[in-house]
Amino acid sequence: MLYAILCYNDEAAVFSWTKEEDDAVMGRLNVVHEKWEKAGKLKPSLRLLPTSAATTLRKKDNEVLDGPYAETKEQLLGFYIIEVDDLEEGLSFARELTAANPGGAYELRPIMLYNPGSPVEQR
Amino acid sequence: MTDLAWIDAALVSARPQAVAALLRYFRDLDLAEEAYQDACLRALKNWPQNGPPRDAAAWLIMVGRNAAIDVTRRRAKQTALPDEDQISDLSDVEGEVVQRLDEADYRDDVLRLLFICCHPDLPATQQVALALRIVSGLTVPQIARAFLVGESAMEQRITRAKAKVAGAGVPFEAPDAVERAERLTSVAAMIYLVFNEGYSAADPASDRAALCDEAIRLARLLLRMYPAEPEIMGLLALMLLQHSRIAARFDAEGAAILLEDQNRKLWKRPLIQEGLALIDKAIRARKPGAYQIQAAIAGLHARAETPDETDWAGIDALYASLEQRAPSPVVTLNRSVALSKLSGPQAALDLIAPLAERLDGYFYFHGARGSYLMQLGRNAEAREAFNRAIALANTPAEAATIRDYLDKIAAGAAQK
Repeated sequence: MLYAILCYNDEAAVFSWTKEEDDAVMGRLNVVHEKWEKAGKLKPSLRLLPTSAATTLRKKDNEVLDGPYAETKEQLLGFYIIEVDDLEEGLSFARELTAANPGGAYELRPIMLYNPGSPVEQR
Repeated sequence: MTDLAWIDAALVSARPQAVAALLRYFRDLDLAEEAYQDACLRALKNWPQNGPPRDAAAWLIMVGRNAAIDVTRRRAKQTALPDEDQISDLSDVEGEVVQRLDEADYRDDVLRLLFICCHPDLPATQQVALALRIVSGLTVPQIARAFLVGESAMEQRITRAKAKVAGAGVPFEAPDAVERAERLTSVAAMIYLVFNEGYSAADPASDRAALCDEAIRLARLLLRMYPAEPEIMGLLALMLLQHSRIAARFDAEGAAILLEDQNRKLWKRPLIQEGLALIDKAIRARKPGAYQIQAAIAGLHARAETPDETDWAGIDALYASLEQRAPSPVVTLNRSVALSKLSGPQAALDLIAPLAERLDGYFYFHGARGSYLMQLGRNAEAREAFNRAIALANTPAEAATIRDYLDKIAAGAAQK
């Protein structure tokens, strides 16, 4: 089974941690990460930049909004990781997706840390 | 993280919202701060037992407000309100406050709190000190250390600033669109002042350098509340990109390292990523401003993996639009660096020639002029400019940088 684990917390508090506090948390997390990665069970993991850096493409009308996706009546159904030159290129990809699958929204949020983890086996 | 470290981080992050809302209730800065302190003491007792509240800011606002009203009532020998142990279980009440916090006037609370620190009668250093005390909640000794002054001097400075702000009257009416834009402009300038205080510190681990992190935190807060303001995006991007170089900007002796000589591996990628994402966002709004343009310049430097890959034509064009928008001889001087890379030292010299009178007392003018003259082989004139720069140097490190140039000229002359 492949599972995605989505991490939630109060962003204002997390981005108010001192460097020492942040390093301490990341250090403890890395111990767990390493153990599960060695067992071949931890796949890509990443830490996102704050929502103030997010841009949202509302698929209806192709409207681009500043900030994160804030509606609560829709649910998170999936996500992509892309490597692009800039936000415009990321939005072009999202617009192509929109044409193929209208409804809902795409939030583009820059990634702070990316750890590829162990390879996923075909199954 | 220990309970205490967690609570501390939660209190720090909730402070601007909580103090701002309490200020709206009490319309008195001292009373608002007192109520917030009271709520923090109760949080330290209550949270380890009852667990963290769903919304720390809402909890602190409600408990702080009730504590202050409680004191007033007890003085009047009336019945006290229920204490916070009961309140924290009443999630409906908490929910109601959370809902009220989501309303638009809540962000005006925080803007107001930041704005009262920007009173035009306050000199820049007092604005920064007041914001760090009131909005960020730094202690007076912490602020004194950051400013490298004594505690009693800082205490006086803050007391005087507070008295001036109180005397001026806090603007409690909800701002209209024009006023809100003006407040945002003042607040952005004040946050950038906080940043620049920290940016001048050579030791990345010092209390002074920590002011950069605080300025970034305040700008992120502001942008979460006003997510569509391109100049706030620009301000945050500019600070993130400048701060990304903190580990590379100074050598072991504390002397500044020029951008092109910095070890770019030491630049912090996450800060650069966030800064670049914000610039991309801001540009989409097509409402350029001075922070956005400066951030875009910093962004082009950040995108270059080696100095040779720098897009000098792009930087020159950005400086040209900055010159139009916010004309200043210093901007033109900075542009001359890009122009020297693009069109050679003679073009750069021609560009700065008209500035000679206005920038005669400016270290960087003579340093840049000397370096262009040196590149042109006009060594006698270069030496003269460098000697003038040394006389104007603000720090021994600045003087040392110029002496290196003089040594290069001397070495070149010896070879001939």
